[in-house]
Amino acid sequence: MKIIILGAGQVGATLAENLANEANDVTVVDSDPGLLQALQDRLDIRTVNGHAAYPDILRDAGAEDADMLIAVTEVDETNMVACTVANTLFHTPTKIARIRSNEYLREGKLFGAEALPIDMSISPEQLVTDYISRLIQYPGALQVVDFADGRVRMVGVKAYYGGPLVGQELREIREHIPGVDTRVAAIYRRGRPIIPEGDTIIEAEDEVFFVAAKKDIPQVIAELRKLDRPVKRVLLAGGGNIGLRLAKALEDHCQVKLIERDPTRARHLSEQLKSCIVLVGDAANEELLTEENIESTDVFCAVTNDDEANILSAMLAKRLGARKVMSLINRLAYVDLVEGGAIDIAISPQQSTVSALLAHVRRGDVVRVHSLRRGAAEAIEAIAHGDENTSRVVGRRLEQVKLPPGTTIGCIVRDEEVIIAHHDTVIQAEDHVILFIVDKKRTRDVERLFQVGLTFI
Amino acid sequence: MLNFANVQRIFGMLISMFSLTLIPPIGVALYYQDGGLLPFIEGLALTFPLGVLTWWTARSASRELRLREGCLIVVLFYVVFSLVGAVPLVITDDGWHTYTDAMFEAVSGVTTTGATVKLGLDSLPKSLLYYRAQLEWIGGMGVIVLAVAILPMLGVGGMQLYRAETPGPMKDSKLTPRITETARALYLVYASMTGLCIVAYWLAGMSLFDAICHAFTTMASGGFANYDASLGHFNSVAIDCIAIVFMIVAASNFSLHFLALHRGTAKIYTNDSEFVAYISFLCVLAVLVSLGLYVSGQYSSVLDAIRYGTFQVVSLATSTGYTTADYSVWAGALPMILIMSSAFCSSAGSTGGGMKVIRVVLLARYGYREILRIVHPSAEISVKVGGRAVSNQVLAAVAGFFAVYVALFLLFWFVLMALGLDPVTAVAAVSATLNNMGPGLGDVATSFAAMDPAVKWVCILAMLLGRLELFTLMAVLTPAFWRR
Repeated sequence: MKIIILGAGQVGATLAENLANEANDVTVVDSDPGLLQALQDRLDIRTVNGHAAYPDILRDAGAEDADMLIAVTEVDETNMVACTVANTLFHTPTKIARIRSNEYLREGKLFGAEALPIDMSISPEQLVTDYISRLIQYPGALQVVDFADGRVRMVGVKAYYGGPLVGQELREIREHIPGVDTRVAAIYRRGRPIIPEGDTIIEAEDEVFFVAAKKDIPQVIAELRKLDRPVKRVLLAGGGNIGLRLAKALEDHCQVKLIERDPTRARHLSEQLKSCIVLVGDAANEELLTEENIESTDVFCAVTNDDEANILSAMLAKRLGARKVMSLINRLAYVDLVEGGAIDIAISPQQSTVSALLAHVRRGDVVRVHSLRRGAAEAIEAIAHGDENTSRVVGRRLEQVKLPPGTTIGCIVRDEEVIIAHHDTVIQAEDHVILFIVDKKRTRDVERLFQVGLTFI
Repeated sequence: MLNFANVQRIFGMLISMFSLTLIPPIGVALYYQDGGLLPFIEGLALTFPLGVLTWWTARSASRELRLREGCLIVVLFYVVFSLVGAVPLVITDDGWHTYTDAMFEAVSGVTTTGATVKLGLDSLPKSLLYYRAQLEWIGGMGVIVLAVAILPMLGVGGMQLYRAETPGPMKDSKLTPRITETARALYLVYASMTGLCIVAYWLAGMSLFDAICHAFTTMASGGFANYDASLGHFNSVAIDCIAIVFMIVAASNFSLHFLALHRGTAKIYTNDSEFVAYISFLCVLAVLVSLGLYVSGQYSSVLDAIRYGTFQVVSLATSTGYTTADYSVWAGALPMILIMSSAFCSSAGSTGGGMKVIRVVLLARYGYREILRIVHPSAEISVKVGGRAVSNQVLAAVAGFFAVYVALFLLFWFVLMALGLDPVTAVAAVSATLNNMGPGLGDVATSFAAMDPAVKWVCILAMLLGRLELFTLMAVLTPAFWRR
């Protein structure tokens, strides 16, 4: 696929890396030659230096025969104009833009064929906010991702001693919780993936990924670890866009405090928020944290735009007794460094943005992609089309489907119904199939599996 | 630190792949039954297993290439490809009797220099003549570019290799997003132009065999001919004209050809300041030399003066090196102008050699900026090419290149004089080899056959340095390159 990425910032660069490694023809446009040079040295891509929305620059980048335009520059307006230019002059089929400002997003009418020709707008702040609120909703979860409009969720949990299922074989899960159907999609033991079978024994410290209907998730988590108490007290560090959105999302059912360094911004925040307490000060100030009872805080979440500040303040909060600390980290190298050790959960904003975009690049009818475990694994939701003769999946029992190695089917969503996968489940046309892929390199094979072949017999 | 297993793996792949280029000459030998079969079969039997073995013992090493490893592979490969390419030349009975001679001929081929140490080409087996031409053709667009086009498994590593080989100051301009596609596009243009050239030569009266060989060496800006009298052997106006056109095509940037074909417009050429400068250089030189020839009485007819003047100018300035007249006896400054023109009359991204037009253009504008600065001390002046400002980094690199080029030129000149050459022969020999042009003046006007082995080895080094645009090879020779 020929893809043009506008903007070589963090999202643009991560995206370029993901897409180029999947053998797409990627061209990156940015006005900063330094950023482009760094990318060019590392990846097999073409770069064009210039203003991303100018027709000439887009033409140079090969917009005339591009299949997709992804506008992720810093500036919302540039992204929107670039999509319009690409649509009007080059008839680019798919146009995706990152739009941060709520002022635009609020107006649904803006985005459409007659107005701004943008097929999909992504707002990284919103994605991250949703992601963090889901994590707070399920204490104990490391990663929570939605499928089928939130009807099904895949959750990653670290198993601990004390969980009733720890030390038991997987098949006993049904006797433990009779009314609940779930499927374990993958287990990571000391960083290595295991494809679970009925007789696999869950050990403490395993990272377990399971799929279940939304309502059943707390019960399954409770099987794997002593259920944490629900989150009541949240302390947020950083009152930027994400901090504000998070505070708004959480203030109704938790007691939320928000630390912001800049007094003017703090005043603005306090005007926007209802019950949340806005504190002016430095999130890495020990005295401020102690004064605000950090030791009885359930979740401390650092969401400033500075990786180092986030990491250090989260570490400090952990040391001072916060039950669980999370930190927003842009640099992937840092994520590996601190997650699981000094910090409980590292949240990588590019990862969620890239996940949201990847679904558009995939072949076959893939509606949702989630990058898991820092991009090494992937969970995808694909729609099965065709009939027994044209598709490799429809009309077959799961045990008959030839899945690539390291791939498991978690569940199937048929209309409104969630069917947890068992070996004798039969896939029907138009089913949404949710798969876990341990090695991202296999994604291509999975896509192929779901493509309808006309000549396939 | 360099990962040698990785270097070895890719190196093995390259050797085995290029040993297969010995197959076409085998076909030629079989077809003409010219007795030249054995050297190629022996060469193939020697090099193919060698390459496979090299690759096999390191096949498990897989990691992306770094720029440094790319440099090393490119340099080593040019050396080894020449060493291996020389094998059939030295094995053959009526060929090159010493390994030095064979190596000189092979390096001269692979670097598209076209200087020869062989006299009596007319009586050589056809398979050998074809082999020489083929060496140049492969070296023309670049052995590494070919490898990148054919071996997709090089991946990002392919890009590092490509950058170490491609001539010109701005190496990051890709035609297509992926390097493999870019390399393929370049070769497609190269091969189709060669095809056109073959047909043109053939229609103009060459035998099909001569047409193929000469088209190969024309498009490569190489200059190997099948006859001692070079292209003058044919003594045909039509062939001269065809050669002029295709030499000009070969020494212009292939990206332009690709874009012009791709977008179907000739505007690409007129919009490119390097191309405009390149054509103007050639025109000015052609007019100057033809005028000189007529005024000095070398040719009594104006048409002859234009014909021989223009041909010699285009051939030498584009670093091809065919001759149709003995320009070394021409009057006044003409021989020296011709010899020196090869330094700055080929475009970046072409098959020609020398400093490249774009560098000359940049240097001239850079120099002009310094002059303007004296007039307007506080002015902020940017050097532009094609309406776009060139970064200071590129300018510094160009200035550095020029300095190193001049220094090396002088150094080689002194060394050759120390080895006993007279100053004119020595300066011509350096220009002929460092610019990958071929023929020189004085004792090396037609061939390097009479030179001392030491001179030949110095020239081999100069040819390799010239083809890899100095820095790639010099980097590998510095201690810093090998330090951890």
